[in-house]
Amino acid sequence: MTVAASASSAGWRLTAGSPLPGFWPALGFTLAYLSFFMLLPLAALALRPWESGLDHVWAVISSPRTVRALQLSFGAAFAAACVNAVFGTIVAWILVRYEFPGRRLIDAIVDLPFALPTAVAGISLAAIYAPNGAIGSLFAPHDIRIAFTPLGVMIALVFVGFPFVVRSIQPVLQDLDVDVEEAAATLGASRLQTIARVVLPAIFPALLAGFSLSFARAVGEYGSVIFIAGNIPNVSEIAPLLIVIRLEEFDYAGAAAVGLVMLVVSLILLFILNWLQAHVVRSASR
Amino acid sequence: MKQNQARRDPPWLVAALIAVGVAYLAILLLLPLVTVFAEALRRGFSYYLGAIREHDALAAMRLTLLVAAIAVPLNTVFGLAAAWTVTKFDFFGKSALVTLIDIPFSISPVISGLVYVLLYGANGWFGPLLDKLGIQVIFNVTGIVLATTLVTLPFVARELIPLMQAQGSDEEAAAATLGAGLWRTLFFVTLPNVKWALMYGVLLCTARSMGEFGAVAVVSGHIRGQTATMPLHVEILYNEYAYVAAFAVASLLALFALVTLAVKTLLEARFGDELAAQRWR
Repeated sequence: MTVAASASSAGWRLTAGSPLPGFWPALGFTLAYLSFFMLLPLAALALRPWESGLDHVWAVISSPRTVRALQLSFGAAFAAACVNAVFGTIVAWILVRYEFPGRRLIDAIVDLPFALPTAVAGISLAAIYAPNGAIGSLFAPHDIRIAFTPLGVMIALVFVGFPFVVRSIQPVLQDLDVDVEEAAATLGASRLQTIARVVLPAIFPALLAGFSLSFARAVGEYGSVIFIAGNIPNVSEIAPLLIVIRLEEFDYAGAAAVGLVMLVVSLILLFILNWLQAHVVRSASR
Repeated sequence: MKQNQARRDPPWLVAALIAVGVAYLAILLLLPLVTVFAEALRRGFSYYLGAIREHDALAAMRLTLLVAAIAVPLNTVFGLAAAWTVTKFDFFGKSALVTLIDIPFSISPVISGLVYVLLYGANGWFGPLLDKLGIQVIFNVTGIVLATTLVTLPFVARELIPLMQAQGSDEEAAAATLGAGLWRTLFFVTLPNVKWALMYGVLLCTARSMGEFGAVAVVSGHIRGQTATMPLHVEILYNEYAYVAAFAVASLLALFALVTLAVKTLLEARFGDELAAQRWR
């Protein structure tokens, strides 16, 4: 539709000639809603740390306790995403390629960490991995403690991030053309060679995408971690908890500073992972 | 699932992978789920019933339902308006708007609560003004609703946008040509076309808003019986070493999670082709 035609139907319509009504009210509502619930609050996060001066911001984010908490949050999230990449691939593989009793039930249960409220998962994991818990008691005699250590933090993050890798890989594995695997077999490749050299490269971009989602979720995770972590400063205290502690001390600028650092670092890491993913796709299609 | 000749894995590999995968899922996912119910019933069924019918537990349930009853309709209306805007019209900055909608998924829940404290808390930008007007947002139900709404903001929109994009706007254009206005077009043409995706989005949005913990923990103030939602009440009981009672309230949330999973699986099985993004964060 030409500009003239749309202008004649309603003098103020700037869109590319849609005949449909409601553009301005819908856009206006959408923008107002986003501004109130998201943009204004995020602006506060970006601006408030600086109110008490650069020195205060630097003192907060460079204090050993903050640095240690950030290291733990990002490090444990990375380790958890690696564990999920390995086992998520195995689970996606058996769900797509093999037929076995209970397969559909297992497929449904994969999403449990999304559905189960994090506080519920948190207290349950704490009970299981505590020194007197179902799994913790197996390790306690060997002097291995899981709950109240960084290892416990990682296990909680593995739990919350698990579905991402499975759900990213599954559709790709499902759509993978059988021809390529046939061709590899015809050319004399063993089954393991085919899987390692043909199938894995094909699902790698999806694996990276799942890894990124799992990592991003784990970095900011709070509810499932704080119960199993024990929250010992400098040992098992995660960055989101430090934000809560700063807020309880009414140090708004300090809390905002930690939040802003978390947000900026995760955005940079996600940007790198996205770039890597695009890069892998491009070099694979070449 | 058809076993093509070239895809036939050695039997030992099949057995080993299934064993590893199933054992892993049993330990990682099933054990925590079973533990919730086992711990909740450890002192018998009558103790369990007493724990979930306790006064503060009931108050927590009412508050959780109230918050969901406000946040979910808000985000449903937003999802429809946003999807209508970006799928039926072309305009400058459209893709930026779509990206913006997804932001709440990539920020920590704690940050989603923090931002409202920075705005409306005692030391917040609008704190003094609200104080003068006698309005309390933080440590109050209002703050809980705000934080929950932010965390669950994208759920309905992200289900509707890909589907409405794929469906195009021919039917709506026909309705408009025949003289139907915005509301008639929306209710009699668009909504029937997207009803299952809408339901799916609302389901995920409801589940998340009832289970949200981090964002709500920051703004609620944890006042027993007043500003404690069910997940926060679980935390309060747990920190008071009332483990069995904590797991009893948690078991209700777990039960609701199982129902959500069942309905979600059913929707995917029956209307999978109409549900665009089967991803959930």
